[in-house]
Amino acid sequence: MGKLALSDEILLKIEKPARYIGNEYNMARKDPAKVAIRFAMCFPDVYEIGMSHLGIQILYDMFNKREDVYCERVYSPWHDLHEIMKERNIPLFTLETQSPVRDMDFLGVTIQYEMCYTNILQILDLSGIPFLAKERGEDVPIVIGGGPCAYNPEPLADFFDLFYIGEGETRYGELFGLYRSIRKAGGGRKEFLRAACRIPGIYVPSLYEVSYKEDGTIASFAPKYEDVPAVVRKEAEMDVTGAPYPEKPLVPFLKVTQDRVVLEVMRGCIRGCRFCQAGMIYRPLRERGVDVLKRRAKAMLESTGHEEISLSSLSSSDYSGLEELLESLMEFKEKGVNISLPSLRIDAFSLDVMGKVQDVRKSSLTFAPEAGTQRLRDVINKGLTEEDILHGAGLAFEGGWQKVKLYFMLGLPTETKEDREEIPRLADRIARRYYEIPKDKRNGKCQITISTSFFVPKPFTPFQWAPMCPKEEYLARAKDVNLEMKAQLNHKSLKYNWHEADVTVLEGVFARGDRRLGKVLLAAYRKGCMFDAWTEQFDNGKWMEAFRECGVSIDFYNLRARDLDEILPWDFIDCGVSKEFLKKEWGRAQNAEVTPNCREKCAGCGAMRLKGGVCLEHKD
Amino acid sequence: MNIRIKFCKYGAMKFIGHLDMMRYFQKAIRRAGIDIAYSGGYSPHQIMSFASPLGVGMTSGGEYFDIEAHTSRSSRESLDALNRVMSEGVEALEYKRLPDAAKPAMSLVAAADYLAYGSGIQALLPRLLEFYGQERILVTKQTKKQEARIDLKPLTYRMEAAGWETGAVARELAAGRLGDLAEADRTRPAGLFLRTCAGSSDNVKPGLLLEAFCRFCGVEYDPMAFRVHRLEVYARSEEIPVKGETERAAYQKHLEEKKEAYVRAGKPFPEFFTLGELGEEIA
Repeated sequence: MGKLALSDEILLKIEKPARYIGNEYNMARKDPAKVAIRFAMCFPDVYEIGMSHLGIQILYDMFNKREDVYCERVYSPWHDLHEIMKERNIPLFTLETQSPVRDMDFLGVTIQYEMCYTNILQILDLSGIPFLAKERGEDVPIVIGGGPCAYNPEPLADFFDLFYIGEGETRYGELFGLYRSIRKAGGGRKEFLRAACRIPGIYVPSLYEVSYKEDGTIASFAPKYEDVPAVVRKEAEMDVTGAPYPEKPLVPFLKVTQDRVVLEVMRGCIRGCRFCQAGMIYRPLRERGVDVLKRRAKAMLESTGHEEISLSSLSSSDYSGLEELLESLMEFKEKGVNISLPSLRIDAFSLDVMGKVQDVRKSSLTFAPEAGTQRLRDVINKGLTEEDILHGAGLAFEGGWQKVKLYFMLGLPTETKEDREEIPRLADRIARRYYEIPKDKRNGKCQITISTSFFVPKPFTPFQWAPMCPKEEYLARAKDVNLEMKAQLNHKSLKYNWHEADVTVLEGVFARGDRRLGKVLLAAYRKGCMFDAWTEQFDNGKWMEAFRECGVSIDFYNLRARDLDEILPWDFIDCGVSKEFLKKEWGRAQNAEVTPNCREKCAGCGAMRLKGGVCLEHKD
Repeated sequence: MNIRIKFCKYGAMKFIGHLDMMRYFQKAIRRAGIDIAYSGGYSPHQIMSFASPLGVGMTSGGEYFDIEAHTSRSSRESLDALNRVMSEGVEALEYKRLPDAAKPAMSLVAAADYLAYGSGIQALLPRLLEFYGQERILVTKQTKKQEARIDLKPLTYRMEAAGWETGAVARELAAGRLGDLAEADRTRPAGLFLRTCAGSSDNVKPGLLLEAFCRFCGVEYDPMAFRVHRLEVYARSEEIPVKGETERAAYQKHLEEKKEAYVRAGKPFPEFFTLGELGEEIA
């Protein structure tokens, strides 16, 4: 057994030392001296969160299947260890071989949410890698960013050598090949980056120049050299059934967030909800073959020993093999395997399945109407109707359920007070439906939980031009909901949860921000901001100071209505869905016009150019 | 059927806490295809119970847990199946069938052997006889509610310098489970051998004894200066490890025969049996 990077003394002093020792079952073991490329794969949050991420498991498995690459993992050291590492100058290390991250050829960071941006700086800091890409020499790894936030990489442009836009399955082989050949020819960082930018999906921020108008909007965004592509096209794996998938995923010692086998059944979504970035950037919907999934479920349960399996995708009810797949998973129930269901459209079929796999009295039904009125649901193109909800809830109540969770967003474009007040009224109508059941046939009271989050407009959605609200306005809107809830007949059966709005404001800034935000991030990190996604760690005061000191206006990014001809920071990326389509959808949203889903009628979003998935269904 | 499994835990695995070890074995048992029994209900769990939790930071060559299985392959096959799916630093050592009426390992634990070693130990050893020779070894034990004065002397069954050739030490050393002890100076004792009372009522943690020893020698107690390796866990030999009247009577008879065998061989009957000795190999 190899030596650990941290001494016993440190490991016994900190919380959960198992976060830092590696050695999990199914961990990849290789001799680092015998590979051409050492890759550190990082999820910039604490181990339990990072280990639950499917994308990393896919790439880890895929990279390690190559003989020339050894992919190891890195997560964010928690505060307690962070302080010790800073104080004693201990370099950040990989879990597998416990070697310094700095010695790797690549550091790949998956960027899943805006509030992890300062954690990325922590990773660079502890690794001893200069924050700014332009200050890096030949002795530090190439820093690659990927994941959903890479669809607007600009706020992070200063810190990354390159971004991989899209799904990782397709281009890493080429990227590794290029790296090896450039290294062999004696080339360095500069040569590699210059050549890498011509691989589809690869964006090298240092090769582009941005200029701004007097009003602060972008005047031009262009490559610095002629051979650098002006548009970066997202990458998508079109053969999702044949694509590699980890059949022997890592089995952590600690109880992580996803402590189970995760079976990804499809990518993309047909629904076209106008607020949803995932629904746009992962187009077109591509299903994995049901036979492969059935075989894979068995193999993964055997190779891990997990006692639970869950399905992963957007809108799982749209998976055409769902019934067949769930039926086959039921066989594992007898072997003590729990089946954790994704949120399904509530109907007779899903209730039947739910009744088989969970305790009806304890489990709850989930609906995500997102908006209180049909008008606003039409604005956001959320297909769910009140009739669907009341009918589904009615069926469930008669089947013995009594708990319902409802998810909504506040701050959606065109939202009025009426839309907000309808939220608790809808919840009340659900409760009334429950109390229609004769008293002797129900189990006491029902519990309807309403949760609202504040809407953050995201790039590559029809709402990318929408202004946000000031923080106070968000809280006032939550108050509207709360007051109206108290006026409901069944208010004792209703519960309302909402959050602070500080994080929403920051998410808004970074989601649609540009390169000028890099200095704010750095300033915030230097003030000690880290783990901002953790409520108890988040310090809004420090963030506000950072913005003030850098002279960057939050309102410029959040409160301004963007003009349709404005150059947006992410316009250079082609995510499959065209800007024309997004504009059209933004127009339809204003008129509350619904757009049918991909299976009903092609809306001409542009993803057809990728030639696959739902776009080609019924076309052979 | 009831099965008792003995395993060892060393290297980086010493940082895995007791609850996570339980989760680890739940998954390992499934990976190995052991035909374990489950409780009923919506979230069935494996019928499994551990003998005695091992503190984070400690290694061990003698940990035990019991499971209930519907069927079983032979001990050898089952051990092979388990050891094919272990993480580095855990090995299954014994797999034995228990009587159907067996009491769980947890309720039988009466004593445990430890080897304490590391940089702090040599300074204490010269005064071992003096320390252990005391009439009482009083320490203050901090419990959740209050401080309690307890006397460790009657709860410490053995305390002696451990030689390199001592069976258990030599075995653990050869198996590579004693970490950096392999590089230590062999002209001095390997460490301190301890047999203390264990179990739910009067569990003596080796650290408590080491702390008292340090205080006795006028040395500041630094937990980092000591490594503790559990060597074995025991039940009292006189304790009847089964439930039920007929089963108890049968065991009593078996025990008498065993005692006679010791007498015939001219050996004293041991005060303790290892938890593993209470089971039988499955052929």
